[in-house]
Amino acid sequence: MLIFHLDPLASSIFSLLTIVALILAFVMLGSHWVKNHVYAFAAESWVIAALSALVGFYGHYPELLFIAALTALLRGSLLPYLLLRIIADLKQSREFTPLLQPSSSLVLGAFLVLFSYALAHRLGVRMQLADSIAVLALTTMFALKLIGFLMLVLRAEAVSAILGLLVIENGIFLGSQILVPGMPLLLELVILFDLLIIVSTFGLLIRYLHRELGTTSSRELTRLVG
Amino acid sequence: MIWPILYAIWIVTAAAAAACGIIPGARFAERVNLFAAGLDFVLVCYLLGATPGAGATALNGYLLLDGFGVWVMFCLATVYLLASVYAIGYMRWMHGEEARLNRFYALFAAFALTMFLAPVQNNPGLYWIAIDFTTIVSAFLVGFQRAPESIEAAWKYIVIVSAGLGLALLGTVLFYWAGTFVLGPVYDMTWAAFGAIAPKADSVLLLLAFLLLLVGFGTKVGLAPMHTWLPDAHSEGPAPVSAMLSGALLNCAMLGIVRYLGILRSTPMEGAARTALVVLGAFSLLVAALFITRQTVIKRLAAYSSVEHMGVVALGFGFGGPLGVIGALYHMLNHSLAKSLVFFGAGNMMHAYGSKEIDRIRRVTHYFPRSGGLWLAGAVAITGAPPFGLFLSELTILRGGMQSTNAWAVWWMAVLLIVIFIGFLNKFRAMFFGPQPEHAPRIELRFVHVAPMAVALAAVLGLGLWWLPAIWQHLAAIAAQLGEV
Repeated sequence: MLIFHLDPLASSIFSLLTIVALILAFVMLGSHWVKNHVYAFAAESWVIAALSALVGFYGHYPELLFIAALTALLRGSLLPYLLLRIIADLKQSREFTPLLQPSSSLVLGAFLVLFSYALAHRLGVRMQLADSIAVLALTTMFALKLIGFLMLVLRAEAVSAILGLLVIENGIFLGSQILVPGMPLLLELVILFDLLIIVSTFGLLIRYLHRELGTTSSRELTRLVG
Repeated sequence: MIWPILYAIWIVTAAAAAACGIIPGARFAERVNLFAAGLDFVLVCYLLGATPGAGATALNGYLLLDGFGVWVMFCLATVYLLASVYAIGYMRWMHGEEARLNRFYALFAAFALTMFLAPVQNNPGLYWIAIDFTTIVSAFLVGFQRAPESIEAAWKYIVIVSAGLGLALLGTVLFYWAGTFVLGPVYDMTWAAFGAIAPKADSVLLLLAFLLLLVGFGTKVGLAPMHTWLPDAHSEGPAPVSAMLSGALLNCAMLGIVRYLGILRSTPMEGAARTALVVLGAFSLLVAALFITRQTVIKRLAAYSSVEHMGVVALGFGFGGPLGVIGALYHMLNHSLAKSLVFFGAGNMMHAYGSKEIDRIRRVTHYFPRSGGLWLAGAVAITGAPPFGLFLSELTILRGGMQSTNAWAVWWMAVLLIVIFIGFLNKFRAMFFGPQPEHAPRIELRFVHVAPMAVALAAVLGLGLWWLPAIWQHLAAIAAQLGEV
C-alpha cells in the first residue's frame, strides 16, 4: 500500500499540500466576502489536483494523472466559474448575517482540527500507522468535513451553503487520494461529474429562491415549521 | 432472461421521461408516463418471480439482482403506477401550469428511473451516486409548483440531504480503506467484496464507517434526528410526488443501510451496529409521536407518519432474526400502499377545501362519501390497526424484537404506536365530524381521483386479511439470503 513505503521527499510534499488545503479552509472560515470563499475553494481544488498527480506519480497509478487534470478543470475552474456567475447574478458579495465574528469562527475551526487530530491519531495507533501520513490525511478529511458543517451552520447565504458542501466534498476527495488511491476510477469520475450536476441544481434553485421569495438567506426561510 | 427485463424497465422509463420532456402537451405526457408505469409494474412482477434466490450479477459485476433489491423495486413500481394514475387527476387541478405539465411528467419518470437504478447497483459507491441522483431529480419535483413554500422545501431538502450524503460518502471511503489492509490497495468495490473483508478488517474502523453510513443514508431515510427535511419536502410537493417520496424513495435508501448492516454481521461489531439502528428507529418513533399529536397541517401529519414507519422498519431490521426482517420487508410494501392512499386522500381534500390546515377540513364523508371513506380507512390502516397489512407486519416486528438483544425497544415501540394511533386518528376524527365548515367544498371528484385509493386500500386490506404463504416464503428466502436464519 502506498502509505507504507513512501519515500521521505514524497511524504513531505504530500504533507505540505494537505496542510495548505487545510489552511485554505481557514481562509474561507475567516472571511465574509463570498468571492474570497470561491477563490479559496478554487485554490484548494488545484492543491488537491496537484496532490492527485503526485500520488499518481509516486504510487504508479497513471489513471490518477487523468483524475488530476479533470479535478483541476472541473473543481478548480468550472465550479468556481459557475459560483462566481451565481454571485454576480445575485449581486450578493458579502455574508451579511453570520452567527459569529470571523475570529470566533477561526477559533472554533481550530478546535475542530484538534478534535479531528485526536480521532485520527487514535485510529492511526489502532491501525499501526501512527507515524505515517495516513494520520494527517485522516485529520484533514475529518477537519474539512467538520469545517464544512461549521460553515453550513454559521452562514446563512445560500451560496455559502453550497461552498460548505463543496468543502466537505473536497475533504473526502483529498483524503481518498492518499488513503485509497486505488479506488475504482469509474467511481471517482462519476463523483466529479455528480458534483457538477449538484452545483448546477443548486444554482437553479438559488435563482428560484431569489425570484419567488426575494431572499437567499436561510434565516428568512421560516415558513415551514413544526 | 432477467437482465433483458431489467434493461427494458430502464429503457421504457427513460424513453418515457425523454418523450414527455421533448414533446409538449400534457395529455400526451400523462398517457406516456402511465404506460411506462404500467409496463414497469408488469416487468417488475416478472422479476419478482424470476430472480434467483442467491442473486445474480451482470456487466462485469456492476449490477446485482437479488431478492431484496427486487422487493424494493416492487414497492417502488407499485407506488409509481398508483401515483401515475392519480397524477392524471391531480395535476389537472393546477391552474396555469398546463404548459409546464409535460415537464412534470418528464421529471416524474426520471425520478422513477433513478430509483429503479439504485437497488440493483452492486458497487456501493455507485449506489451512493444513484441515491444522490434521486435527490437532485426529486428536489425539482418538490419545487415544481414554484410557490415560495415549495421552493423553500426543495432548498432545505437538497441542502440537508446533500450534507448527509457527504457523511455516507466518507463512510464508503473508510470502508474501502479498511478493505485495503486485507485485499491490497486495489480491489473491486462490491457488496460481496465488502462482505468478504469484514471479518478480517479492523472492527473499530468498520464500526466508524458504518455509523457514518447510517447517519448519511439515515438522513435520506428520514430517521430522526436527521428527518428535518422530510416533513417540508413531503408536504410541499404535489400529492403524487409526496407518495413517491414516502412510499418509494425512503425504501431505496433503507436498502443501503440494511446491506451495510448485513456486511457487519460477521464482525464483533454486529451488536453495536444493530443497537445503533434500533436507537435511531426508536427515537424516530418518539419524534413522530410528538409531532403527530400537535400537528395542524394535513400533509405534514402524513409526513411524520412516514418518519414513524421508517422508524418501525429500522427497528425490524435492527432487531434482525427471521421475524424482524420478514416483518420489516412486509412493512415496506404495506407502508408504500397505505401511505400512497393517505397522500392521495390528503391531496383530494386539500384541493376540495382549498386549505392544508386540518382545522379547515370538516365533515369529509358528508361531502365526499367515497373518497372520504377510503381516506378514513387508509388512516386506520396507516396507524397499524387490524385488519390491515400494517398490523400484521408491525406485530411480526414486535415478535422479532422479543427474541432480540434489544427487547427494551419492543415496549417502547408498542407504547408509542398506541400514542400515534390515538394522536393520528384524533386529527381524522376532527376532519370527519365536527361542525359544518363555513365554505362547503364544491368540486367533483372524478374516477382517477378515487380509483388509485380504492386499489391501494383493497391491496392493503388483502395483505392484512391473508398473509399469503407464498409471500411469507418469498420474504423468508430474502431474510435467509441476508443472513438471518
